[in-house]
Amino acid sequence: MDLTVGANPYFWDTDRVCAFYGDLAAAPVARVVVGEQVCSKRLPLWQDALPDAIEALTAAGKTVALTSLALITLKRERKMTAQLFETGLVVEINDLSALRHLPEGREFWVGPLVNVYNEGTLRWLALQGATRICLPPELPLSSVARLAEAGRELGVAIEVWGFGRLPLAIAGRCYHARLHDRPKDNCQFVCGDDPDGRDVDTLDGQRFLTVNGVQTLSQASASAAYQVEALQEAGVAALRLSPQSTEFVAICGDYAARLSGSMTADALAESLAAKVPGGQLADGFLTGPSGAHWSRAG
Amino acid sequence: MELVCPAGTPAALRTAVTAGAQAVYCGFADETNARNFPGLNFSRAELDEAIDFAHTRGAKVLVAINTFPRAGAETLWHQAVADADTLGADAVILADLGLIAYAADRHPDLRRHLSVQAAAANPDAVNFYADTFGIRRVVLPRVLTVDEIRAINSEIDIETEVFVFGGLCVMAEGRCSLSSYATGLSPNMNGVCSPASHVAYAEEGPELVARLGGFTIHRTPRDRSAPYPTLCKGCFTSGPQTGHVFEDPVSLDATDLIPALAKAGVTALKIEGRQRSRAYVEKVVRAFRTAVEAEARGDAPPKAALAALAEGQAATTGAYAKIWR
Repeated sequence: MDLTVGANPYFWDTDRVCAFYGDLAAAPVARVVVGEQVCSKRLPLWQDALPDAIEALTAAGKTVALTSLALITLKRERKMTAQLFETGLVVEINDLSALRHLPEGREFWVGPLVNVYNEGTLRWLALQGATRICLPPELPLSSVARLAEAGRELGVAIEVWGFGRLPLAIAGRCYHARLHDRPKDNCQFVCGDDPDGRDVDTLDGQRFLTVNGVQTLSQASASAAYQVEALQEAGVAALRLSPQSTEFVAICGDYAARLSGSMTADALAESLAAKVPGGQLADGFLTGPSGAHWSRAG
Repeated sequence: MELVCPAGTPAALRTAVTAGAQAVYCGFADETNARNFPGLNFSRAELDEAIDFAHTRGAKVLVAINTFPRAGAETLWHQAVADADTLGADAVILADLGLIAYAADRHPDLRRHLSVQAAAANPDAVNFYADTFGIRRVVLPRVLTVDEIRAINSEIDIETEVFVFGGLCVMAEGRCSLSSYATGLSPNMNGVCSPASHVAYAEEGPELVARLGGFTIHRTPRDRSAPYPTLCKGCFTSGPQTGHVFEDPVSLDATDLIPALAKAGVTALKIEGRQRSRAYVEKVVRAFRTAVEAEARGDAPPKAALAALAEGQAATTGAYAKIWR
């Protein structure tokens, strides 16, 4: 099992993006998905950082893929999606409509925002050329095991959400703009004020969700720290690590240590709790009664 | 335009057909459909009778098999498609890619509609499903404006169906795991959202507190009626603000948009509410049948019949109006 870094869900400026991927080049991860997944309006403001980022990561020996948008509705977004396939990089589709633009015979990856819940769907995607699928974070370990087995038979590498705030929902409405009483078309890119999203708590002060433009994330950062052995045994090929704005390279290092056996699950969890925004962890989708559940909660 | 009405039970189906539904949609009483609530839905024998009843009166029956099959248990979903076919359903409403491929392969003559849960939100997605799997109608996700619906219809050759009344998903349907994050049960896997089994009410001081999976969704003064704690309609805090961050506790009412939707090329109007009472179904179906007939004649929507529906309810036209975003 190795590590894949997923597309950064947040809106960062060019400098932050450059610095992030420059640092990540030194991290012990096998592959990195780059590009804009959440909001098409953001991309023009930071896409200049992409070529350098891709070069730095490739030079460091990492496989680089480009994500599609997660929700494609506008003409310009369809055009952006078609252009992804012209770059020569592997495309990770996060909306099935991207398949419409897939050149004949080209391999592709499937991201966590495509609903791959069962063997039938996995088999169909494999027949179209999918070589790597990151499963939806919602799936329990029992489903993951079934799909990893099917993936092995079909020659598709199966990834599981290993770290980061969970992508729980995507919408037509922008919640960041709504919180600032602005219409989406005049958002003034206010999501850029919050490099790890904007936290939403319950009226009783429970840490609950995080708003990231049109996306809603969990406020807790998911971690498969305690499921590593079970996932290895199931034949899962990689853990998916989702970026955060600070200490991310250190987090990648911790996960690599956990996979190589030089760091215990407890030590990883302790390290993560000190590094994630808000300090809250969850692993309930894999093994708990609900997604927000943390198996080591007191 | 065709009016597609909810039938949570055999009795509701008869009510909807009698009140003027040209088509009804329903599901089997298990996790294969996205309204898997206790006391709802159809056994095979009930669906058999219901299809007879509807067909005798010229109405169609559409069977929703629109959850995402569980790994290792796909047979349950395959059987549901086979049974809908055998019983003479006019169409199945499907969301899962693998299940759609299965139905196209094994039941090629059974008409296939694409569920809103598949979230096909652009012409490329719709044409992908139409060309690859022979999908004949797409239920469009509630993230689109009327203009966007018109644009989609100009680039596709299959029918479109849109929601016009009832519960409103704020997120792209079929792509939301907020419910399972809080409760472990989700629309995609279990056919439920914010399930009653995980709701707890508590009286705390002057307030009634509604919690879902332990997370506080509302605090309502005791002398006011408390809305059901649907997660995305909850009241939360973010920084200095407190309010309905995602959506107010409103429902969708696009009755005024019926002429615009007709002009946008929409084939069918869908009413949400398989969990609602027969009295509600009767009232809503009658009002919409009147409205659809008025539209067909080129008359203005009958305000009086429709106004009665909205009474006492907060309503929105949702994403159909661009400003909503």
